[in-house]
Amino acid sequence: MHSTNYHAATTAAEAASLLSSAEDGALLAGGQTLLPTMKARLAAPSDLIDISRAEELRGISVTDGTAIIGAMTTHAEVAGHAELRSAFPALCDLAGRIGDPAVRHRGTIGGSLANNDPAACYPAAVLGTGATISTNKRDIAADDYFEGMFATALDAGEVITSITFPIPDAANYQKFAQPASRFALVGVFVAKSADRVRVAVTGASEEGVFRWTNAETSLSSDFTADAIGGLSVSSQGMISDLHGDGSYRANLVQVLTARAVAAAS
Amino acid sequence: MTQVTMTVNGKSVSGSVEGRTLLSDFIREGLKLTGTHVGCDTSQCGACVVHVNGQPVKSCTMLAAEAEGADVKTIEGMANADGSLSTIQQAFQDHHGLQCGFCTPGMVMSATALLAENPTPSEAEIRAYLEGNICRCTGYHNIVKAIMAASGQEVAAVAAE
Repeated sequence: MHSTNYHAATTAAEAASLLSSAEDGALLAGGQTLLPTMKARLAAPSDLIDISRAEELRGISVTDGTAIIGAMTTHAEVAGHAELRSAFPALCDLAGRIGDPAVRHRGTIGGSLANNDPAACYPAAVLGTGATISTNKRDIAADDYFEGMFATALDAGEVITSITFPIPDAANYQKFAQPASRFALVGVFVAKSADRVRVAVTGASEEGVFRWTNAETSLSSDFTADAIGGLSVSSQGMISDLHGDGSYRANLVQVLTARAVAAAS
Repeated sequence: MTQVTMTVNGKSVSGSVEGRTLLSDFIREGLKLTGTHVGCDTSQCGACVVHVNGQPVKSCTMLAAEAEGADVKTIEGMANADGSLSTIQQAFQDHHGLQCGFCTPGMVMSATALLAENPTPSEAEIRAYLEGNICRCTGYHNIVKAIMAASGQEVAAVAAE
């Protein structure tokens, strides 16, 4: 790892200020992607601003129909939160299957969303529910946030503070895990609300997380696995690698969506 | 350089570290506690797992500076006060839960965390909890048996696959 200057911030405002005065600074959330990336010398920020001590960025609150999760809340905290689990079990199940237990004790929801790995799990839940990402500057709708592989609507110096999820009537996340990395080879998040169904897919597309709108239309009138039995996704633009080619991933999208609908609760 | 102070295995320690110094390096090089192993250095193998404020984390994927003020426990802090092996350590010996031993510190730290969270885990729960701890010798069966035994459960129930 190249040399870097470490700073600890205790508020989002302090983090933003430190970030703006750094030559080439980066926020350090849980560090479960950033630190390995720096060790591989694929990233070399001049300054790291550690926000793990910013208490205002942590915590979970579940109110009527909404779950608000602080950006620095760990995957283990989301997975283990009893009130959230009774209101929105699909989100807890998703968080409880990210990485491994040790990673889940450090990795955070805000870090995952800022990184926007094309195979990360949280982007599927955020896009699948139509959640809102709040930063120190503004609120960003999920549909406007994800801009392709590792790309987001975040400006330089913008700090994610919390994520607000509308709690769906029924939801489920199906993850076909790549067994070595434990990232999603394909992951599908299905969320049913009174007026709509949303289907978000991660791990599959070269453009990162996306909504499968054809399935949403079919499922909105008939929320059963059979309703999408005849649908398929084009393998065009799907990720192809040694773990699975584009047509394999395209097929998995349909299979996992059907499983998610069948399992949604 | 940043000055850090933390509690490691019950003792207050401090040292001067670079911003980039990993917790695993501070433990091994700074404190000379070489029981914590670094296997892959890419946060996959789990040989470097230590407890930070009671939770298992990969010490190769955390900066020493991030552990400022933390309560850290390493494999050197696992034995009983009289120096005898902890229940989990003894179970690893009794059930031959190691061969080369390189992964064992991380395995013991993860197993200890699992039993603190879930005192009588099923075989499937044990295997799931060890997803981030890689062993290239044992094939995991004897590790799973050791953890079943340490949790007071019947070991014969663990079937070879």
